[in-house]
Amino acid sequence: MVTPAVSNPAPSLLDRLVLPTSGAWANDARRAALARFRDMGFPGRRDEYWRFAGGEDFAAPEPEEAPILDMQGEAPVFSGLERLKFSFRDGRFEGDLPALPEGLEVSRLSDAGQQDLHWARDLYGVLEAAGQSPVARPFAALNTAFAGDGLLIRVTGKVALPLSLIYCHDDPRSDAMLHHVLRLEPGAELTLLENGPAAARLNTVLEVDVADGARFHHVRAQGRDHGRRAITHLFARLAKESVFKSFTLTVNGAHTRNESVVEFTGDDAVAHLAGAAMGDGRMGDFTHDDTVFITHGAENCESRQVYKKVLMNGAVGVFQGKILVKEGAQKTDGYQKSQALLLDEDSTFLAKPELEIYADDVACSHGSTSGGIDEEALFYLRSRGVPAAEAQDLLVLAFLSDAMEEIEDAAIIEDITSRLEAWLARRRAG
Amino acid sequence: MAGSDEVIVKEGVEEETVAAVRDLGDSYKYGWETEIEMEFAPKGISEEIVRLISERNDEPEWMLEWRLAAYRRWVEMEEPKWAMVDYPEIDFQDLYYYARPKSMEKKPKSLDEVDPKLLATYEKLGIPLKEQMILAGVEGAEEAPAAARAGERKVAVDAVFDSVSVGTTFQEELKKAGVIFCPISEAIREHPELVKKYLGSVVPQSDNFYATLNSAVFSDGSFVYIPPGVRCPMELSTYFRINAENTGQFERTLIIADKGSYVSYLEGCTAPKRDTAQLHAAVVELVILEDAEIKYSTVQNWFPGDEEGKGGIYNFVTKRADCRGARAKVMWTQVETGSAVTWKYPSCILRGDDSQGEFYSIAITNNFQQADTGTKMIHLGRNTRSRIVSKGISAGRAQNTYRGLVSIHPRAKNSRNYTQCDSLLIGDRCGAHTVPYVEVRNNSSRVEHEATTSKVDEDQMFYCQSRGMDEEAAVALIVNGFAREVLQALPMEFAMEAQQLVAISLEGSVG
Repeated sequence: MVTPAVSNPAPSLLDRLVLPTSGAWANDARRAALARFRDMGFPGRRDEYWRFAGGEDFAAPEPEEAPILDMQGEAPVFSGLERLKFSFRDGRFEGDLPALPEGLEVSRLSDAGQQDLHWARDLYGVLEAAGQSPVARPFAALNTAFAGDGLLIRVTGKVALPLSLIYCHDDPRSDAMLHHVLRLEPGAELTLLENGPAAARLNTVLEVDVADGARFHHVRAQGRDHGRRAITHLFARLAKESVFKSFTLTVNGAHTRNESVVEFTGDDAVAHLAGAAMGDGRMGDFTHDDTVFITHGAENCESRQVYKKVLMNGAVGVFQGKILVKEGAQKTDGYQKSQALLLDEDSTFLAKPELEIYADDVACSHGSTSGGIDEEALFYLRSRGVPAAEAQDLLVLAFLSDAMEEIEDAAIIEDITSRLEAWLARRRAG
Repeated sequence: MAGSDEVIVKEGVEEETVAAVRDLGDSYKYGWETEIEMEFAPKGISEEIVRLISERNDEPEWMLEWRLAAYRRWVEMEEPKWAMVDYPEIDFQDLYYYARPKSMEKKPKSLDEVDPKLLATYEKLGIPLKEQMILAGVEGAEEAPAAARAGERKVAVDAVFDSVSVGTTFQEELKKAGVIFCPISEAIREHPELVKKYLGSVVPQSDNFYATLNSAVFSDGSFVYIPPGVRCPMELSTYFRINAENTGQFERTLIIADKGSYVSYLEGCTAPKRDTAQLHAAVVELVILEDAEIKYSTVQNWFPGDEEGKGGIYNFVTKRADCRGARAKVMWTQVETGSAVTWKYPSCILRGDDSQGEFYSIAITNNFQQADTGTKMIHLGRNTRSRIVSKGISAGRAQNTYRGLVSIHPRAKNSRNYTQCDSLLIGDRCGAHTVPYVEVRNNSSRVEHEATTSKVDEDQMFYCQSRGMDEEAAVALIVNGFAREVLQALPMEFAMEAQQLVAISLEGSVG
């Protein structure tokens, strides 16, 4: 056999990355993940889940420069909330770990090898590996192999204060990979907040294992730097009677892909996933992609997906959602809604709301709509004296509120809503 | 043990539905075989076989070149793997690409000259071919399946048996209206200008693996041309019968509705029961010009394989309509109960402004059947409208997938799509899947995709309730209209098949 001669092979991200050494068990997991990645390779446009928006941004050897956004004195999201803060700058944890309340254990991934964290060893890269089938998620395997930092969080009781991960960046060319592992022991409760851009290019993996009767709430506000690019992965395994709720707000960002992979392994569990995204192509490129895969592998579980996107001036919104109901997962209640509001002629919404069902006693519904602003509602508001631009903003907020309702904490809803209002006001002014 | 085959049906699914679906799965009525002397081309596919088919059809040189170009392309192509169907690899060299009854060696000049065995075959299928018989009414026809039924309405039939058309009825009467309805092999010889202009213009020669294979080896099929302003005086129909063993059927249908014309076309198909699977790869092209309309209805009843999944037809079909002119309209209706494996997406290219595409489908899979079917609505013109209603029912160990695309291009301002897909599972060992793709590239268009179970039309609810119905009764009426919604779109001639299916409701659907 003749091996074809390769002249000047294209530089690859893989050549630049170095496997970190963070301890015996983590090293093994990283090597296994690298092998997984090599089997998959970087995705191409012919790969089913990369047809709508390709992965070139995340596979490029170097990230595109992302100028740091001047927040003009605006306090970051969640700053009004009492919380346990953990800060990362350009993909590195900074400062010391804060004092922790009872029922919460946190270590850094980089210290993992020095401690016998068998619970973390049983999770790190494990949920990610399980989530590679039937759909490959190569950037998640790449992350498990090369993640530069992250937290290992174990919750054994009900933690009252939210745990808050704050992502800053100073370097307009930073390329960060963060990998967090979270284990909620039976009956435990935690709210996790994430906010900030983290880096010019960010790749995150969050593996969450929710044991029997435990409850996990997750609220994320992705940084609004225009040039940032992010691919995030959320892998969750839900045991009996557990509750999992995750909401993500995205405004701006050149390319964001949020992958969520949730599997029900115990009966009577609940998972709600929601996202509100708003992009104005006039402020810079905007491609936003929600890729969700929910596997019902147990009986009587409820899953809910509510994804809303407001798109304008050439913004591109993608939704690829799937509910898989395995044989025997009877009494499943699956709900999926994806909607786009296109505010002008140039924006695009690409959706694939998918169902794959192998159990007969289930109810799964999926609705997907796309269209412009409701002219009648607009007319009504204007006839009541609301100026056209404000009336449109009101309708945009009303459209997004569906997704926000999936957040449980009223203070957080208020915080998020005020961010959207401010964003719309800035857009109107500018 | 009380029979392990006993299927426990979940609460809420209507008994009548279960019985109707079981009935379809238990008894295949058209599984008999016609014993007739056949003439085969040698097994396998090659340039020689392509030349031979062209020669048998007495084709001009340009047609042979067209076929050869397709063949050369096909040998370089790979079989598509994306559909949710699973079947053993097909050995394309192990089947016959051309089979014709010996008695058809000399083309009969009229139906009177057609081999009585062939006429009897179609009579048994309920498709009388002799016009005097049609007019007199044929015994047994009332219990017959699809298409032409005497005494109801006149339907012209093109009867295709394995690789050849054995006869076409009412040709003379249609000719008086200016309508051309003939085997495509005849159209290639008699109307080359029309065939050259339109063949491959909707489904290009190398569109996909099976369409390319068809372009190379199609042996016959139907050709229809409706001249400007003509409303076709009767319904047209083609009945496809596969009879010979180890034979693939590759037919090509081309229908052109010129400006302001109208035609309703029906298609039916059956095959004998056999242990080995057989391939059917057809291409259907519809061209609809300004203000014209085509209604295309199919009752697909190929042999589905036996209870153990042995045998059956692999039905890999490319069907596409091109609404080329303003206000052109196409309606696809399909009732899919047959075939072991189905791979079929009748599509609409809505190129003309204000053009309209509709797709109504019921797909029922039993035993080990697999169906991956749906539609594509490509909105290119302004104010284009499309509607998709798809109902899938799966029983036994069958897998039933709806796969569809709705694409709204930037230029297609003010377009509208409404899609509704529902699935019902009978038993816990089958599957129902939905794979819709939605691509919207302007803001003046509205696209909606939903499942009935999630939402019952509020206007319909209001109407029913305002007439004194309580909520429950109103929902039952609206949702139970399940099969009816699709069946209403079918021409009268399918009423018999339809009656079996009317009993089917969506009560208890999974999504």
